[in-house]
Amino acid sequence: MQTFGWPEVLFILRSAGWTIALTAIAFVIGGIFGGIFAIMRLSRVKFLRRFAAGYILVIQSIPVLMVLFMSYYGLSAMGIELPPFLAASASLAIYVSAYLAEIWRGCIESVPRQQWEASASLAMTPGQQYRYIILPQALRISLPPTVGFLVQLVKNTSIVQVVGFVDLMRAGMLVNNATYQAFQIFTLVAAIYFAICFPLSRLSRHLEKVMNASRSH
Amino acid sequence: MPAVVIDDVHKKFGNLEVLKGVSLSVDTGQVVAIIGRSGSGKSTLLRCINGLEVFQSGQIEVAGHKVDQDPKRLRELRKDVGIVFQSYNLFPHLTVGQNIMLSPRITQGVSDSEANTLARDVLSQVGLSEKFDSYPDNLSGGQQQRVAIARSLAMRPKVMLFDEVTSALDPELTGEVLLVMEKLAKGGMTMLLVTHEMNFARTVADTTVFMHQGKIWESGPSKQLFSAPETTELRNFVTAGVSGVH
Repeated sequence: MQTFGWPEVLFILRSAGWTIALTAIAFVIGGIFGGIFAIMRLSRVKFLRRFAAGYILVIQSIPVLMVLFMSYYGLSAMGIELPPFLAASASLAIYVSAYLAEIWRGCIESVPRQQWEASASLAMTPGQQYRYIILPQALRISLPPTVGFLVQLVKNTSIVQVVGFVDLMRAGMLVNNATYQAFQIFTLVAAIYFAICFPLSRLSRHLEKVMNASRSH
Repeated sequence: MPAVVIDDVHKKFGNLEVLKGVSLSVDTGQVVAIIGRSGSGKSTLLRCINGLEVFQSGQIEVAGHKVDQDPKRLRELRKDVGIVFQSYNLFPHLTVGQNIMLSPRITQGVSDSEANTLARDVLSQVGLSEKFDSYPDNLSGGQQQRVAIARSLAMRPKVMLFDEVTSALDPELTGEVLLVMEKLAKGGMTMLLVTHEMNFARTVADTTVFMHQGKIWESGPSKQLFSAPETTELRNFVTAGVSGVH
């Protein structure tokens, strides 16, 4: 029987790298689409508004796991084989986009209506209003909840193991199956999750304080 | 030549008719004060002039632009028609200078250095040259409102609208804002102002318009209107209005 030694620790650390990579990819791609959906959700064009609302509703109403199953097993049953990493990042990005769209829509809507009126009265186009007036203010409001969501995402990436992707959690389980030193292994795994999430939580808390201290700049 | 022509404007919020056929003409360089109780439709009328409110029938022409809801034509109109709000509505994430320079730069293609000169010029007009790099939050209400006026002036408007611009201010701060407006009026700016400052209306406005129940109830040269109101409603308003009825 194998024992829990440096090679195992390194294996777990390397898998933590994959967890971080997956989180980053899902967050960036999901963030881009989330931003687009947030603005579509607030569009004056009824079709865009409805489409974004429908997308958000559907994605938020089904477990991420189902999205993952569909993009991995579902597509492969239809003859499209996605590698686990691709299926995993795509599914997480879809999940992220729906949630960030809602968070950011709320942030955009919390910019006072008068800011829209004042900028419209200065002859700005809707695009200019978003770019120069609304989004910079919404961005400040959105930082704490967005970082908070990111912490959730780091932990939620552990579901990708179901398609055979070896992330931090899966690595811990594999090592445990070979060594049966569950306590040491999972303490290490938990410690690594903590090391990733704790600074983010602190950052979120800090941003919240800074936002409250000076509402505007 | 009239700078503003309002012709039989009707406006409804749902079933509530707030403007019931308003007509008014303002000549270039003229200052018109609109007074009346709250709910009389005066702010709504002002906001119709730059298209912030949509009206159901009638016509408004201002600075040579017809008011309609076509976004492009509305932007052209708004380059010539400035508005100042009760709640200042400065952009809190931008400095005073940036607040003023932004729109001339992005909507009128004014160069950075020109915009800078322009901003310093309008800031000195409102007596706040030293606040160029301050953020709005660090200014008093009166100073913020003067910056808001400067921001509108930087667009080089032909007509200026003022929507109860001193109503949110502490009494000791209204004076500095009214002074800036008086200077503008004397400089020949065409101005329409909704106001509760009866003294200001009487002494600065050429014409005062009294609105009541969505209509222009009475209007005329300011001094005459205040000294000899013809309708009971205006007479009651003028006597009560001094004590600050909204």
